Amino acid sequence: MTSLLTVQNLSVGFGPLTAVSDVSFDIPAGACVAIVGESGSGKSVTARTILGLAGRDATVSGSIGFDDTDLTHSSPRRLRALRGRDIGFVSQGALVALDPLRTVGHEIADSLRVHTKLSPRQRQERVIELLESVGMPEPMLRASQRPDQLSGGLRQRAVIASAIALNPRLLIADEPTTALDATVTAGILDLLATLRERGTAILLISHDLAVVSRLASHIVVMRAGVVVESGSTQQVLREPRHPYTRELIAAVPGGLPHTGSPAGEPVVTATGVTKRFGSRVAVDEVSYELRRGRTLGVVGESGSGKTTLARLTLALERPDAGSIELFGEPWTAVPERDRTARRPRIGAIYQDALSSFDPRLTVRQILADALGPAAELGRRVTEAELVSLVERVGLNANVLPRHPRVLSGGQQQRVAIARAIAPRPDVIVCDEPVSNLDVSVQAQVLALLDGLQREFGLSYLFITHDLGVVRQVSDELLVMKDGVVVERGETEAVFAEPRHPFTRALLAAVPKLRR
Amino acid sequence: MALPLGATTTTTAADSVRRRSWLRWALARLGGVVFVLWAVATVTFFAIRLIPGDPAEAILGGPGSQASEEALAQARKDYGLDLPLGIQYLHYLGRLVTGDLGTSYSLRSPVTTVIGQNLGPTLLLALSSLAIAVVLALMLALWSSRSGRAAAAVGSVLEIIASAVPHFWLAIALILLFSTGLGWLPPVSVPGPAGLVLPALTLAIPLAGFLGQVMRESLLDALASPFVLAARARGESESGVFWRHALRHAAIPAIGLAGWAFGSLISGAVVVETIFARPGLGRSLLSAVQDRDVPLVLGVVLVVAVGYMLVTTLTDLADRLVDPRLRSRS
Amino acid sequence: MRRPSVVVSLAIVLFIVIAAIAPNLLAPGDPLAIHPGDSFLPPSLGHPFGTDESGRDVYTRIIHGAGASVLIGITATAIGLGLAIVFGLLAGLGPRWLDFGTTRFLEVLFAFPGLLFALLFIVIYGPGVLTSTIAVGLATAPGYGRIIRSRVLVVRRAPYLEASLVLGRGRFFRVTRHLLPNVAGSLFVLATLGIGQSIVWASSLSYLGLGAVPPAAEWGAMLSAGRTYISSFWWLTFFPGLFIVLTAAATTLLGRGLQERVRS
Repeated sequence: MTSLLTVQNLSVGFGPLTAVSDVSFDIPAGACVAIVGESGSGKSVTARTILGLAGRDATVSGSIGFDDTDLTHSSPRRLRALRGRDIGFVSQGALVALDPLRTVGHEIADSLRVHTKLSPRQRQERVIELLESVGMPEPMLRASQRPDQLSGGLRQRAVIASAIALNPRLLIADEPTTALDATVTAGILDLLATLRERGTAILLISHDLAVVSRLASHIVVMRAGVVVESGSTQQVLREPRHPYTRELIAAVPGGLPHTGSPAGEPVVTATGVTKRFGSRVAVDEVSYELRRGRTLGVVGESGSGKTTLARLTLALERPDAGSIELFGEPWTAVPERDRTARRPRIGAIYQDALSSFDPRLTVRQILADALGPAAELGRRVTEAELVSLVERVGLNANVLPRHPRVLSGGQQQRVAIARAIAPRPDVIVCDEPVSNLDVSVQAQVLALLDGLQREFGLSYLFITHDLGVVRQVSDELLVMKDGVVVERGETEAVFAEPRHPFTRALLAAVPKLRR
Repeated sequence: MALPLGATTTTTAADSVRRRSWLRWALARLGGVVFVLWAVATVTFFAIRLIPGDPAEAILGGPGSQASEEALAQARKDYGLDLPLGIQYLHYLGRLVTGDLGTSYSLRSPVTTVIGQNLGPTLLLALSSLAIAVVLALMLALWSSRSGRAAAAVGSVLEIIASAVPHFWLAIALILLFSTGLGWLPPVSVPGPAGLVLPALTLAIPLAGFLGQVMRESLLDALASPFVLAARARGESESGVFWRHALRHAAIPAIGLAGWAFGSLISGAVVVETIFARPGLGRSLLSAVQDRDVPLVLGVVLVVAVGYMLVTTLTDLADRLVDPRLRSRS
Repeated sequence: MRRPSVVVSLAIVLFIVIAAIAPNLLAPGDPLAIHPGDSFLPPSLGHPFGTDESGRDVYTRIIHGAGASVLIGITATAIGLGLAIVFGLLAGLGPRWLDFGTTRFLEVLFAFPGLLFALLFIVIYGPGVLTSTIAVGLATAPGYGRIIRSRVLVVRRAPYLEASLVLGRGRFFRVTRHLLPNVAGSLFVLATLGIGQSIVWASSLSYLGLGAVPPAAEWGAMLSAGRTYISSFWWLTFFPGLFIVLTAAATTLLGRGLQERVRS
């Protein structure tokens, strides 16, 4: 089979930093090859370098052959002629890959304008055709709208449309389904599969092994700029050779069901809680019961109301109807000053740990502040307490004098967890705590949370959109859609026999790791 | 892209909602303008009354003006200073609404006449300076986007220095350079374009510095954004990227500054017209202050406030044109 | 982060500060001493910046005038910032009607281009150093007020403030431990930017004859005196002006540098 793209000994550096080191792989025509790696693996840099878009301060060595052209030694004009016409590109963060000031139609028509001599009317017709081919509903209306008027999934389809406008032989897709809901992701993957069947070769960049296994015939695993393993999808997933690959596969959540502890007395009880924002109902008559030592998972797509539910549980919002009780006493129905004394008993960790820290404070100050209210009046926080606190969450005492912004994402989340457990709470509300983390780090943080739950008898209200994660951490779960709980029950029972059509659709849409 | 007939039902509903929100916005804006003008007028009304001493004296040139007793009595009658405060205020507002800004004692003619005569030259100066400033800022932005990091840093420093230079010093420096030194241009303003160059340049350079700084940030942000990367990946050339994408984003904050720029140009005109001996509102204002001619000063301030309100309203409209995201909100 | 522009600006500011505090170190002569025979001498080795109409050395006067000029700049900035902090905090922290009222009030003040407002103040209260300093302070206050208000609003909504609430911290703690320090950070930058600006405005007023008056060796006063002699004896206005520009540019560059540092 002839290779469409051949990358040999590619190295890319930015000053003293080497982002990509001696990477080689090739893509046969009409095949889908995936580069898998976590953040910092160099996969996105590799993708951009193929198009010559690594950036002005990049030093590139090695060779990239497309058909019979050497891309590394091509003139800027030659590269510009190739871009969009022979090689299409869907960049990372595709939700912001459309100019917010222009209409979607104009953005898609751009490649036509640059590479062809079609008249504006002809371009317009072609744009509508393209939108139809990517499954965009109401293509004529959508073409005249701006990106912010489209949902995430539709925006992604528009981006793909603009990349395939001229039927390129190779499509480079960098994280095309990140930040998209499961049902929307399924649609995009179907679309990419259709493109592949029509003969477009795809270079798929992703951190998500399940997505990759659905589309790619070959996998290249990258870590810290180097290729650690490559081979056919079957081979890599069934018989991984490199320890890192094995780690990645093991870290995919949802493999093992949660082993919970027996239920204790109820700690948080919500009854008929409703919250409206203007005319929109965010949470509609939701009730739940969280018991001591258990994890209640709340799963749903964006806009389902799960974050609002978390905020109501923390009494950061007042419900318009219904109420929540904490340890059997009114929680949302009383004024704030009656809650202050009880607040240390219910804590929170968030998706973005860094923004929840005061940027002026060091880790030591953040944690000392957290230990403050729980400590007896007049007693000062000792260094020993701080050290034992950070060590309990798996950090070294040398993080204490540092600022959170110099720590890695995983370390930041550990600091957030340390802060949350410092006042010895009974309940912790976790709002998408691992969604921003790499898969391997995710697994470690989830293990930490699990250990802490056992040690302290904590109860968790765990909000997430990731079904794999929710299966791994929760004893019971709530499935939410449009503010309503559509299904509830013990986790394994719901996964084995989902009753509500939405739950079934959700479970079916999740890309599963095929081996 | 024109909407075909098929999509009518969705659009008429959206259309009428949009029209209603435009109306609401326009009314709110108008209300705001009227409120501000009323507040400015009220503040100036009380400003005279707060001057230590006899308000009639203040109107006639201050405590040292040695106005005659008859003149003082006449002033008291004209301005109704003997009447209770409430009635004075109503008279004052009434006169303002009909466009009567009082009489300038130092020039012995109605304030409105004085302003009318001087408004033209000042507007000409302000507009030419604005044009030059925009062109300068654009050129600097274009150059920045194409050159390396070192050149961009130099450009940034130049902009900052330019924005910090006081008008009077810049005027002197320019006169020394172009007039005394090179002899290309006259040091004093003469009728015709030659006399406009140095004054306009003096006003334009600091403004260009400010505009340049503001545009630079959003320009760099835009050039590093994912949608520009996507444009380049489609084969768009560098100049295409600049003119079709980045520039529009860079212009948004610059347009937002238009109101402030107008104010800065008028303030600058005071100094510039004085140094270059150019007739205009600024020079009249300064003489008025020096002569303690309160009615004229107040009149000019009110007119400038009106102008400022006009400019900010126009700016808001322009903002919506350039940034369509603002259209569907409000 | 030692960029050349920042280093140079620091050096200039240091020079000005020394001139303000201990002028004799940099210019041992007497700024007020008159030498009628030496009047209007152009710049030379003996008098690097020339002499004025009374034969006084311009360089010496500039150095000795630094203190007064800097003091004016600092006072005006203090007045402006002080007012701005009060309004900005009231608007940002208080109930919504208070924010609405103060913001509209600020907008009204902001409707006057700064210099005009200063002129209005001066036409009422008369020219002079004191009135021009106060005028500059009042004129710059609305601009600062807006910035402070928006900063307060941003910090108020920040996630870390909410995290503090969740931990059970009271209002007083949250305001003093988190809100005020994060707002104050931007104040330092504003003050640095402001001092240069205030010196420029105050000297502009002096240049127009509305501020400081000769024979004080204050930069603005020197400008005012030299006004009539621009065409023939340009150095009388050029060099004091140059020092004003240098001070303003240096403080602005420093301020911007600080701003970038805070942002990263």
